Amino acid sequence: MSDHFLITDVNDSSSANTAGRSLWADARRKLYTNRLAMISLVIIVIYVLVAILVGTGLLASNWDESVGSAYEKPSWQNPLGTDIFGLSVWRKVLYGTKVSLTVAMLASLISIAIGLPLGAIAGFFGKWLDEIIVWLYSTLQSVPYILLIMAFAFVLRDKVLFKGTSYEVSLAGMTAVYLAIGLTSWVGLCRLIRGEVMKHKEREYVTAARSFGCGNFYIIFRHVLPNVFHLVIIDFSLRFVSFIHAEVILSYLGLGAKNQPSWGVMIDDARLELARGVWWQMAAATVAIFFISLALNIFGDALRDAIDPRLRKAV
Amino acid sequence: MKTYIIRRLLYMIPIVFGVMLITFILFNVVGGDRSVELAGKTASAETIAEIRHEYGWDKPMYFNTVAAGERGFKGLFDSQLFHHLRKCLTLDFGKSIRDRRFIIDIIKEGAGASLSLTVPIFLISVLAALAISLLVAHWRGTKFDRILVVLCVVGMSMPYLSYIMLGQYFLGYKLNLFPVFGYEPGLAAVQYLALPVLIGVISGLGSEVRMYRTIILDEIGADYVRTARAKGLATPNILFKHVLKNAMIPVITRVVLAIPFLFLGSLLLERFFGIPGLGYLTIEAISSRDDPVISAMTFIGALLYLFGLIATDICYALVDPRVKLK
Repeated sequence: MSDHFLITDVNDSSSANTAGRSLWADARRKLYTNRLAMISLVIIVIYVLVAILVGTGLLASNWDESVGSAYEKPSWQNPLGTDIFGLSVWRKVLYGTKVSLTVAMLASLISIAIGLPLGAIAGFFGKWLDEIIVWLYSTLQSVPYILLIMAFAFVLRDKVLFKGTSYEVSLAGMTAVYLAIGLTSWVGLCRLIRGEVMKHKEREYVTAARSFGCGNFYIIFRHVLPNVFHLVIIDFSLRFVSFIHAEVILSYLGLGAKNQPSWGVMIDDARLELARGVWWQMAAATVAIFFISLALNIFGDALRDAIDPRLRKAV
Repeated sequence: MKTYIIRRLLYMIPIVFGVMLITFILFNVVGGDRSVELAGKTASAETIAEIRHEYGWDKPMYFNTVAAGERGFKGLFDSQLFHHLRKCLTLDFGKSIRDRRFIIDIIKEGAGASLSLTVPIFLISVLAALAISLLVAHWRGTKFDRILVVLCVVGMSMPYLSYIMLGQYFLGYKLNLFPVFGYEPGLAAVQYLALPVLIGVISGLGSEVRMYRTIILDEIGADYVRTARAKGLATPNILFKHVLKNAMIPVITRVVLAIPFLFLGSLLLERFFGIPGLGYLTIEAISSRDDPVISAMTFIGALLYLFGLIATDICYALVDPRVKLK
């Protein structure tokens, strides 16, 4: 149809000989033949590995040690130079990978945990439950996204929830960021799932399940959700990028990470450095964000085209 | 048409109510009383009590049962919740914490500067994106098309902050083509606005072009295009007369819905270039922890969006004779 660039697979599989394969096997085949998507996947895996290594303390755990004087240019010793405190920019970038990916991951999980069940319930039961859920997301949706995230991050920052009980949760630093992003960005997924579940509940397999005496929730979770779950994966892969960028902006606004390096904080620091000719911190963070975003964008598109090309407009 | 608009306006009521609830929960229930912090370390108990009284933090949260006992039924609603609802409905948000001016005045002043930045960005990027995507759609499948799609994804992947900072640094500071910072009202604003507008257009172009390209490619595959071609119509004729008109519906959805947000300005661009608009105001409010201003901005933003939604539906009916508003 249209995007020739992102799906290179148009070769064989006409509908006649794909009959025996599952959706996933078919999608995997399409992805494997897409060289750009595979390269992107490798890049994503590298970022994830870095994040895991940093998370387990094997990499860049010494980011807060000084490796030289302030603002040293990139050299063999310090490949990306040093910042104002003489910290290695290279280690900060590595550490920032962990921070960014963790935030985006947790925010995604929160938004899926809210959007998926709400969308399924609204679509399946309809009536007043649907009305309430639609009202809830129409309300959230009517607030400009960036203002909403900011407002959430703003009030959640440095809050202690359930004070005095044994469930005390302190929302210092990053916690407020991923909560704010997660709590505000489930609407898209919720609408998507709601619409799809509405279609599915009229299908024969649901009637069949019901005639077996299956309960509503059993039908939703056992039969309907597996049939719409590909939407979650597509939505996740495409939204992940926007979460990384949101973290950057929140950190820049001073609503994000403190006491630990993140890409957003690095770019914020660089604001004053550029005029002094110190470009390496800015460049390092920008390049780090750029490649993961590029890889996620390309891979997400390819994934969407492989699994469900009709969605090109919806997601 | 008239009944349709009235019905849509009525439908807005629960959503506006929801937005008021959200801002209330965020800024009163979760945010809450900050009088001690505002009064400073050496403040006396009276000062704190005064501040609490001024911002209404001394009132009960939901229902004022004490006042109800004293003053009857009306007193029941003398609470933070109902004061918040009244503030939103009358658009009288009180004074800001930072400079103690009326918030609605600050917003009115800032809107002009914001619009002078966002309207040019919006117009240029919509026109440019449409033009580019029509061209790309015309040359679909060729090398030119592929390169442009790659460029779009590349453009989308750059962080927005980097666009601003690199643009400001190279074009403003290094090459000295534009003033780096500042704003003047009136015509003199043009020189200050040129660079932020340029950056705003370029940073958004990638996703816009990709979006419009998809819309237009969907149309180009349609039967009527083949018919038009079979009749022997020239390509520009097909593109601009037939395809563009049919692609208007999804385009309008994006365009009309974007208009209300123009009033809110651009947070980061205004901040970096010192343009005293609403985005700048919001960021200032965040750094000085000015809850009432952020709450007001959130509410007004939502209100504008809802009017945008109605405007979109009306535009559908104007553009597409098949759409009937009942």
